[in-house]
Amino acid sequence: MENLLEIKNLHATIDGKEILKGINLTIKAGEVHAIMGPNGSGKSTLSNVLVGHPAYTVTEGEIIYKGKNLLELSPEDRSHEGLFLSFQYPVEIPGVSITNFMRAAINAKREYLKQEPMSASDFLKLMREKRSFVNLDSKLANRSVNEGFSGGEKKRNEIFQMAMLEPTLSILDETDSGLDIDALRIVAEGVNKLKRPDTSSIVITHYQRLLDYIKPDIVHVLYNGRIVKTSGPELVQELEERGYDWIKNENQ
Amino acid sequence: MMGNEQEYIELFGQNRELIDSACAELLNREREQSFARFKASGFPTRKDEEWRNTPIAKQFGINYGMNLKRAEANMNTSAIFHCDVPNLKSHRVYIVNDSYSPDEGHSRELPQGVILGSLNAIAGSHPTLLDKYYNRLACDGDSIAQFNTMFAQDGVVLYVPRNTVVEETIQIVSLIQANVEMLLNRRILIILEENSKANILLCDHSSQEKQSLSTLVTEVFVGAGASLNIYDIEETANNNTRVATLLVKQEADSHFNHCCITLTNGFTRNSTNVALTGRGAETSINGLAIGDKTQHIDNHTLVDHKVPDCTSNELYKYILDESSTGVFAGKMHIHPDAQRTASQQTNRNLCLTNCAQMYAQPQLEIYADDVKCSHGSTVGQLDENALFYMQQRGIPADEARHLLMYAFAGEVIENIDIVPLKERLHILIEKRFRGELGKCKGCNLCK
Amino acid sequence: MKKKNNILKKLANKAYEFGFVSKIKTDIIESGLSEDTIRLISRKKNEPEWMLEFRLTAYRHWLTMEMPQWAHLDIPPIDYQAISYYADPLKKNKENKNKEIDPELMKTFEKLGIPLEERLALSGTAVDAVMDSVSVKTTFKEELKEKGIIFSSMGEAIQEHPELVRKYLGTVVNYRDNFFAALNTAVFSDGSFVYIPKGVRCPRELSTYFRINAANTGQFERTLIIADDNSYVSYLEGCTAPMRDENQLHAAIVEIVVNENAEVKYSTVQNWYPGDAEGKGGVYNFVTKRGDCRGNNSKLSWTQVETGSAITWKYPSCILRGDNSQGEFYSVALTNNYQQADTGTKMIHLGKNTKSTIISKGISAGKSQNSYRGLVRVSKNADNARNYSQCDSLLLGDKCGAHTFPYMDIHNNSAIVEHEATTSKISEDQLFYCNQRGIGTEEAIGLIVNGYAREVLNKLPMEFAVEAQKLLSVSLEGAVG
Repeated sequence: MENLLEIKNLHATIDGKEILKGINLTIKAGEVHAIMGPNGSGKSTLSNVLVGHPAYTVTEGEIIYKGKNLLELSPEDRSHEGLFLSFQYPVEIPGVSITNFMRAAINAKREYLKQEPMSASDFLKLMREKRSFVNLDSKLANRSVNEGFSGGEKKRNEIFQMAMLEPTLSILDETDSGLDIDALRIVAEGVNKLKRPDTSSIVITHYQRLLDYIKPDIVHVLYNGRIVKTSGPELVQELEERGYDWIKNENQ
Repeated sequence: MMGNEQEYIELFGQNRELIDSACAELLNREREQSFARFKASGFPTRKDEEWRNTPIAKQFGINYGMNLKRAEANMNTSAIFHCDVPNLKSHRVYIVNDSYSPDEGHSRELPQGVILGSLNAIAGSHPTLLDKYYNRLACDGDSIAQFNTMFAQDGVVLYVPRNTVVEETIQIVSLIQANVEMLLNRRILIILEENSKANILLCDHSSQEKQSLSTLVTEVFVGAGASLNIYDIEETANNNTRVATLLVKQEADSHFNHCCITLTNGFTRNSTNVALTGRGAETSINGLAIGDKTQHIDNHTLVDHKVPDCTSNELYKYILDESSTGVFAGKMHIHPDAQRTASQQTNRNLCLTNCAQMYAQPQLEIYADDVKCSHGSTVGQLDENALFYMQQRGIPADEARHLLMYAFAGEVIENIDIVPLKERLHILIEKRFRGELGKCKGCNLCK
Repeated sequence: MKKKNNILKKLANKAYEFGFVSKIKTDIIESGLSEDTIRLISRKKNEPEWMLEFRLTAYRHWLTMEMPQWAHLDIPPIDYQAISYYADPLKKNKENKNKEIDPELMKTFEKLGIPLEERLALSGTAVDAVMDSVSVKTTFKEELKEKGIIFSSMGEAIQEHPELVRKYLGTVVNYRDNFFAALNTAVFSDGSFVYIPKGVRCPRELSTYFRINAANTGQFERTLIIADDNSYVSYLEGCTAPMRDENQLHAAIVEIVVNENAEVKYSTVQNWYPGDAEGKGGVYNFVTKRGDCRGNNSKLSWTQVETGSAITWKYPSCILRGDNSQGEFYSVALTNNYQQADTGTKMIHLGKNTKSTIISKGISAGKSQNSYRGLVRVSKNADNARNYSQCDSLLLGDKCGAHTFPYMDIHNNSAIVEHEATTSKISEDQLFYCNQRGIGTEEAIGLIVNGYAREVLNKLPMEFAVEAQKLLSVSLEGAVG
């Protein structure tokens, strides 16, 4: 199997403070990786660095994605190349409807791929089809992006956008946070339905419960900016039972 | 320029020696430039955007007397002034007409190095200290500030050296007592060096039967990390005109809190300008104006955000009854590079009769993009639903109205840190609404 | 980021797409302003004596006036003698004395997207096309005439309906009103005239398209709209000008009379040439627009999208004279590069139970200055007046300015007047979120700005709204670096 993503010795800082201190991670096509770890271990930093958030600076190391140097690509080109981040805290964009927002995103991607823009009727058809993945209310689609959405609605909106953009590598950053069990199931089922043999996911979470629905192939524990443990899915159960303290102690 | 200013220009020219002879060199030194500036501009007219709704030149048109000779007012201040704040421990001084007067009965010991006294006397005894401050802000002020500098002969100085905290409130009581129409020019200079702290209570009273006009220029320097509260309460009479200019310069991480309350007056203009010149400075300026009869109350404020990372909050409320007029103009000026400014202004006004008038003008002038600025201004009446609800529960309509007005005013009073003063103001405001102010017993001032 | 800047620069240069000059033979009078100039204009337009007197009175008053200085604008001195006050792009055909339309001129309007042939009309809009000083063509006149609607150029109206013009002209905006109103009254050339008779709902959107073409000319159009009792009309106005290095002066007057139960919607998309990225050239847009809601239950709604002009000085206003009358003002004003705008409205509440709404969205970019200035006056007898004003500013970059100067003059205690203003910028988080979804920064800004302005854009008729949206995005190109 081919490597989709290869992270080598990645160091990154924010406001001059080093958060990632040498991450190594390889993801092959079709794999689901879970990244777990206590608060402040660098999980969100890793996802933000992958999608090129300007607040973070990569000071060392490299990221190869689909054989390309990912760090050279702009955030939007990373998106066009199939990298999708479901944000932990999706931002509100007043006045911009989800429909207009998605049309702009889809057509920007098609332009990048040198395809014709999508016709209005095809686009609306696509919207309808993808909305059903996460039971997104049609009324919601006419509202401004994330404005006044409940926590669950925001996360469903993220997965809906993921369905629209059909990413190759999706990163779910604490997608379970703030969700009740029903919303969690809807979101997780949406993610599972979107899975294809050639797409991969990184699921970042603190708890086991999301991973009951989205089964990881490989589980990593991130602590203090480094991946300190990599194992099979059985690690999830162990972490749930024993917590993170033993990991912390092992790495003091 | 035409009209009333000519008279004053001549008066100044003819009496220059007389004015100077009673005053310290520092005060006299500043007169020439102010005179030139005043001569060039004259009194503001209604064409002047800042004075659109406050015709001030007319107020100077009366044939006032000025005490240029510094004749002593024969007044036993502490005998006359009874309208005090109960339970308030304070260092009290007076400005009688426009001369400083100590209060022997109330002289308490001040922390070491603190200077509180006559402007004219201290300008003579500490010229180097005052030189750095006197007229440094007012020199760029409007023509009324220039007018004040031309004629100013005395007032109060407060100097608090660095790292010094003045625990007890400093109370500056201004009184007017004369048997002719009087024009007074008062001057206050407040200097807080770094990391010092003080509370100041300004009480403005007038009691005379004849018309009076006072100009007041207050210059305030708040050093780095220093903290200053100024509470200014105007309880004058309908025949008094007050033109007050408060100029404040704040250094880094300083705090300034101002609350200006007009309870009774005739014709008032308060100009309040705060310049935030050091990062992290915070300012809060608030006002409450209660007007009836033909009272005219004008508050003009300017908060000048000159550097990044400063915060300003502003709340002004007006309650206008009978034929009173309210004017509020508040500008927030955010200079280029004053990034991360947070500035908020609220102005709420109640008009109780059809003859009351309100002119509201909140303004934003913004030259930096990473800022949080907002203002809101409303004019309206008491909430009919609330009134009815209270009546339904058995509260008489008048009482209900007072309660609502009192609640409306209360938001401003809440900004006052001195508890006895806050309590006193609650009582005064309640009395004011019942029309009982000016009827309190025991005090010769409020007959 | 460096690489991006170059692309942005290129985009900025192509931003003004209406900047072409048409090669049309134009009859331009010599520059300069005197009573003789006014007599010449009046003669060229074959006006009756009362019209000439009307102009001369205004001119004599103008001579006594001074340029207003109170706006938050830096206006360079204007040499009123260096301007030509009349330019006519229509050729005179000596044989039949009718003016005919130069094919170049037809092409010009086609290029601007304004077809002058009725069969090409956009979804039922009737157009009056004005180039320089003259109305070129008014479409659908005959069809409208059947309903009793008069839609013609002002010049024609003076000839054909002098009684109506005389009755209403100058009654909403008096020549003494302000400096530019006096100037316009003295030298105005053409514009549109609309009369909607009692009980008629105008079946088409009426629209005027203004174009300045000739160099060194000023445009001084004058529009008069009268909506008689129980009538309705929606009126649209668009404007463009060529890219020229010199500044051009545009000083128009729009007067609207709204009678009992009548409603007028007036929409403007203003895209005069704003000058280049260095602030050279551009139109000075000094306009007096005012509507008088004379009748009870009348309603006037102004919607404006202002993206053009080097300097804009404009306060479309409503006099709410009739009881229960309503005024609305919806505005988006965008300034970029060195543009300056001081715009807003006046709501004068005179009648009882009158209501006004003000929604203003300012967008400042580049080194521009953008001010909202608005007056809400509630007079003594205007019982139960209601006003709500919301003025928001969006700043793009730290070299521009956004200012808010509301005035509330309240003389009646039953009034409820509310004003709110906020400022914001586009947050890095919003941009990054868009980037992550594959939307480039430039496009994301366009998207967010259009979202910000949506409340106002929604008030525009469909075609105009689409145009306005594009315009906002194009006007911002090069605004972010």
